[in-house]
Amino acid sequence: MCGIFGVMDKRRQMMDGSGIRQALSIMNERGSGEGAGYAAYGIYPDYRDCYALHVFLDNACESKKVVDATLEQWGAIEHDEAIPTYDQPNLRAPCTPWRYFFRPDPSLAPGSATPEKDVITNLVMQINRASNGAEVFSSGKNVGVFKAGGGGAWPEAVADYYRIEDYEGYIWLAHNRYAASNPELWERPDPFNLHDWSVVENGKITTYGTNRRYVESFGYTCSNFTDSEVITYLIDLLVRRHGLDINLAIRALAPPYWEDIDQMPKTEQDLNRALRFAYGSATMNGPFTIVAANPDMMVGFTDRGKLRPMVVGECGDCLYISSEEAAIRAMEPNVESIMMPAAGEPVIGRVAP
Amino acid sequence: MSNNLGSMPLRYRVTIDREQCMECERCIENCSYGVFRRDGDRILINSRKCTACHRCLAYCPRDAIMLEEQPCDYRSHPVWTRATREAIYNQARTGKIILAGMGSVADLPIIFDRLMLDACQVTTPPTDPLREPVELRTYLGKKPSKLDLRRNSKGDVELATELTPNLMVETPIMLGHMSYGAISLNAQISMARAAKETGTYMGTGEGGLHAGLYPYQDRMIVQVASGRFGVNIDYLERGAAIEIKLGQGAKPGIGGHLTGEKVSKDVSRTRMIPQGSDAISPAPHHDIYGIEDLSQLVRSIKEATEWKKPVFAKIAAVNNTAENVAAVARSSVDAVVIDGFRGGTGAAPRVFRDHVGIPIEVAVASADRELRKQGLRNEVSLIACGSIRESADVVKAIALGADAVYIGTAALAAMGCRVCGNCYQGLCPWGIATQRPDLVERLDPDVASKQVANLIHAWTLEITELMGAAGINSIESLRGNRDRLRGYMLDEGLLDVLDVKPVGA
Repeated sequence: MCGIFGVMDKRRQMMDGSGIRQALSIMNERGSGEGAGYAAYGIYPDYRDCYALHVFLDNACESKKVVDATLEQWGAIEHDEAIPTYDQPNLRAPCTPWRYFFRPDPSLAPGSATPEKDVITNLVMQINRASNGAEVFSSGKNVGVFKAGGGGAWPEAVADYYRIEDYEGYIWLAHNRYAASNPELWERPDPFNLHDWSVVENGKITTYGTNRRYVESFGYTCSNFTDSEVITYLIDLLVRRHGLDINLAIRALAPPYWEDIDQMPKTEQDLNRALRFAYGSATMNGPFTIVAANPDMMVGFTDRGKLRPMVVGECGDCLYISSEEAAIRAMEPNVESIMMPAAGEPVIGRVAP
Repeated sequence: MSNNLGSMPLRYRVTIDREQCMECERCIENCSYGVFRRDGDRILINSRKCTACHRCLAYCPRDAIMLEEQPCDYRSHPVWTRATREAIYNQARTGKIILAGMGSVADLPIIFDRLMLDACQVTTPPTDPLREPVELRTYLGKKPSKLDLRRNSKGDVELATELTPNLMVETPIMLGHMSYGAISLNAQISMARAAKETGTYMGTGEGGLHAGLYPYQDRMIVQVASGRFGVNIDYLERGAAIEIKLGQGAKPGIGGHLTGEKVSKDVSRTRMIPQGSDAISPAPHHDIYGIEDLSQLVRSIKEATEWKKPVFAKIAAVNNTAENVAAVARSSVDAVVIDGFRGGTGAAPRVFRDHVGIPIEVAVASADRELRKQGLRNEVSLIACGSIRESADVVKAIALGADAVYIGTAALAAMGCRVCGNCYQGLCPWGIATQRPDLVERLDPDVASKQVANLIHAWTLEITELMGAAGINSIESLRGNRDRLRGYMLDEGLLDVLDVKPVGA
């Protein structure tokens, strides 16, 4: 099941986290109270040029030393602190959420078009694949993920644990988890984040094995074993490293059927065939609705059969993508339009430049 | 008497229920091995000549014939088995290499049978192939790893990458290479028609292309083997794709072998070899002593055919298959065919057939893994063959990393073959592995092609259902998806090689 929600203000006007807390909680029927999470863009204006690394530390002393050492190897720590948290009656924290504001050393990724992001990618993989009691769960500039798992981790409790109403962002994503495995792990609920990209998913892809082997052949390491992890890496690979426009990247991940491609005009047919040729191993199957965001956009798309719901709302400068209409109305009672895109029809919202 | 061994115990015993028999003599007519003959008012039986081809049983109108295997016991012994003892007697008598037909008879565990497929239940729904599309269409050939896209004057994105030719199959099942010579023209025509009907392709084998197959040439993959039989520019130009045969699963390390008995006038013309002569292909291609030579040959063939056709390379599954495949993927080859050690053959030395090579399951899995590790997976398609017996084997082979499969023995069985393993004798009573006109005539292409097409169609339906149950609606999402397999009673080392988890994990 799971419930997902995304909201974006096209003109970068800030929203605090109370609205999305409200929206996500209205979908509690879709969750099991064992995990929820939020991602927000624009929350760290004072450190806008630093990569904000959110880390779960099993042990604030020993695990932290490992992270400190790794970060010093890859760049400079501008500032670090415990993420402020507020105890909730039913939520038991097995780890300490910490944040670093970090400047990667671009000279460590020679020959890369995006050296800073390559450094961040490498160091996140390095920390997360080792069993060192540290898990980096968000790593972008001016973006942060707040999430928790285990019994009692309903959306309200998680929001209150981090007091997300104290943060202001222009894009928010949220995930209400219906746990099926490892309910106790705090890193398991979405959003999953890797530098620019954050992903929330309602679904269970049947192609995890094919997709994972594909991204791993490009140097990513999957250590979280969630769909959203592999999806985040696929999007990063296709958009950042292969230079595909987001609409083509989505087309590669959820391509049209061959019989539809056969009917297209020649140039379009060639392009779509080439996408399926090149990205057959990136194609995702099974039921999914995905909302993904980076600092400039928020997108929503579904599997080709639309086996999971996706509702889109618009109101003023705001775009909403949600599992349920009720959640959009909970956040914006005066929503102006509600749409249910057809299967395989993506929704792409861009922030005004 | 040149030896003291006398006669061997009977391999088969044929009996006739005289109560049932109406002496119609269909058994006499049908048995090309001469088991039956009439003597006065009786039909006599010479069981020693029987191959268990079942032709007499199949055509006896009264079910009067019965066949028994190994009616005579040896003293049982776990080491000195019947097969080892009989091989020794045979070689003591002849001093020769023993030839055998069909695939390996070694009693080794079959990995396919110890791999279980996955299905969806609650957390993901199965796809219903009766009501939703499930795509089996497969393109075989090189694929770009990345696309070069440009924006035109109107701002639309256009493709600048030029795609190399791919072979499009509507189902991932192709008909493997069995040459004219090894099998009859009617058998080839039957399979060619089936390939056309089901939207797939068939291999010519290394025996050239008979004019009778020209109407189906756009469905033929023409083979270039080390003997170069039947190869000329006309041959290359007729095929939809060209396959260079470097090895064969039934006999890795040695070349093809067609016994002189089967080299009829027509076969001799098509192969361009003298009538009645054994056609023994060299072990290596004498213009390929290294991988760079293969590259040159592939490019020469492509140059000769104006870069319009995909070129495949077929190798036998051996220890370092992964390394071989990775090397071939760096040449201009578009698809690599890997033939497992259980692959069929018209004739192979028994010692090779039963002892050399590795299983296809392992070879495909390690090749796919190595290609992905080296970032070469899009450079070649992988075609698995050698003991694909049913639709589940196809699904498992693809989940282990193959793009498609070739079937050989299964297609022959669809035409009547009972896997008796006497193909090299050239007396196949089913009209398949023979060139004797009266026997070939028994195989009616109108009938046999339908049977082969039925088999492909039936497997295709089953594959669609299995994929639907697994919640997968396109074949590329199954490819290399080992997470959808589980190993049942496979050891840890093998699971690691296959990159498959054990059942319950």
